[in-house]
Amino acid sequence: MIALTLTLREQPGYGIDVSLLTPDRLSGLSTEDIGALPLYNGNRRQPLSSLFDIRGNDAQQLVILNSSRHLHGIGSGMTSGHIRIEGDIGNHLGQGMYNGCIEVSGNSGHWTASGMHDGNITVAGNCGNFAGGALPGDRQGMRGGTLLVRGDCGDRTGDHLRRGHILVAGNSGAYCGARMVAGTIAVLGKVGPKPGYAMKRGTLLLYETPVELPATFNDCGVHDLGFLPLLTRSLAAVDSCFAEHDNGECRVHRYAGDLAVDGKGEILVWI
Amino acid sequence: MNINGVAIDETYAEAFGMKATRIIITALNHRWARHAAEAMTGFATSVIGCGIEAGIEKELAADDTPDGRPGVTVLLFGMSTKDLGKQLEKRVGQCILTSPTSAVFAGMSGEKTINLGKNIRFFGDGYQISKLIDGRRYWRVPVMDGEFVAEESTGYCSAVGGGNFLVLAHSQAQALTACEAAIEAMQDLPNVIMPFPGGVVRSGSKVGSRYKALPASTNQAFCPTLRGLTQTSLSADIESVMEIVINGLTESDIRSAMRTGIDAVCELGTDSGIMRVSAGNYGGNLGKFHFHLREIMA
Repeated sequence: MIALTLTLREQPGYGIDVSLLTPDRLSGLSTEDIGALPLYNGNRRQPLSSLFDIRGNDAQQLVILNSSRHLHGIGSGMTSGHIRIEGDIGNHLGQGMYNGCIEVSGNSGHWTASGMHDGNITVAGNCGNFAGGALPGDRQGMRGGTLLVRGDCGDRTGDHLRRGHILVAGNSGAYCGARMVAGTIAVLGKVGPKPGYAMKRGTLLLYETPVELPATFNDCGVHDLGFLPLLTRSLAAVDSCFAEHDNGECRVHRYAGDLAVDGKGEILVWI
Repeated sequence: MNINGVAIDETYAEAFGMKATRIIITALNHRWARHAAEAMTGFATSVIGCGIEAGIEKELAADDTPDGRPGVTVLLFGMSTKDLGKQLEKRVGQCILTSPTSAVFAGMSGEKTINLGKNIRFFGDGYQISKLIDGRRYWRVPVMDGEFVAEESTGYCSAVGGGNFLVLAHSQAQALTACEAAIEAMQDLPNVIMPFPGGVVRSGSKVGSRYKALPASTNQAFCPTLRGLTQTSLSADIESVMEIVINGLTESDIRSAMRTGIDAVCELGTDSGIMRVSAGNYGGNLGKFHFHLREIMA
């Protein structure tokens, strides 16, 4: 079996909905069937074969080569398999996925891992806004799984996060963890203004002291928290620079909030 | 059968099916992990009066525990899943939650689980926090020394309780010395506990009593002071009998522990006053596991 490889012939100048492309949906289809799959640009429909060269037959190992930031929705709702994307990718990567693994060598657009239930997404570059966040109108963002961003994230990372881990090795923009319901966001770099704004529960673990915290967070002091070794050990298992912090030192400054909503969330600043 | 001059009786230990679980207790150091474990297993010698039988299985190095701190594993055995779950919750709440720096984790996985910290969390009075890490749910309960971390549930399994052997000696001191040697040899074995004080019980029982309220009473056949009064199992040269009771996760765990213990006893020999090794049973009608001494020692 050879990994099913779709090579984009040329960079499109317009957005294309490729949410059909998941290992579970492509399994069992012949090369001809895959080539005939309809891809949409707005209300324009064109067959997949008009955009991609198709090689291989193992749809559980899907490879997208010469990818583009105009390809949106890849991996949506996927339930199994592995997708490797060489290059950038557009919005809604892995939206609502239930299981499996997605790796992106470049950057991803907005709403990466939005509504994800389980599985793993790794973005080697940067993510746009609302990484792991909720779509407009949705009341929950990510609901499980792990999103690892090796670069930076835009604004509102983990907006309405319900469950799961968002790990940002770089910086994160404004309103990181805003309106979190639960779950964990860990940021190795800097965060923008108003981290944890209106968070109800959950943990925002920051490895650098934020410039500004919302006024509705109360200082609970410096502590060795018993659950942090469990968390750092789990993060260390992810292939990333988070492993460097699994050294037995788990001392954090704890801020409880957002008291404007329920105050059961926390921002932990590593010291 | 004689081993080093010690007679091995042609008899068997009769054991019962039980439900068992393992938990891991960690703390700042082994001393405090043991304090918590000893408190929780202190009154857990026999299901007859304690509701559960429990003991410390082994110490764990910091590298072998979920939170990277020194710890111990505890095995708990109940007659039913309900009894086990009820006693586990009580003991976690009263003995581990209360012990400084402690945390408690599941020591057994599986589809069938019982509550560990699931209800203990309510001690947090609304300030408790749940964390789901790698598919396992933990509860963080704020307490005066920081926070108490407890995994939500732990697995359990079917197990065997009541494996035993009796050490019959010329004197009380010699019986105790032999039992201590046996316990020392057995204490490093995995999957077993000896739930009585120091691993040894001097009040071996029979089923029933002349008093209706009592489910068990003294085993007069092995009481040396009643030798002239009842049908005795003791010869004139035996002044003291002590028993080692073993609970294990499987039959083979108990078999292995019995062999190790009896070997240690017999090594002392008749010169140390050890005359016989026997076993407790109830005629074979109550427990479905029969551990024949001579088969085990063959």
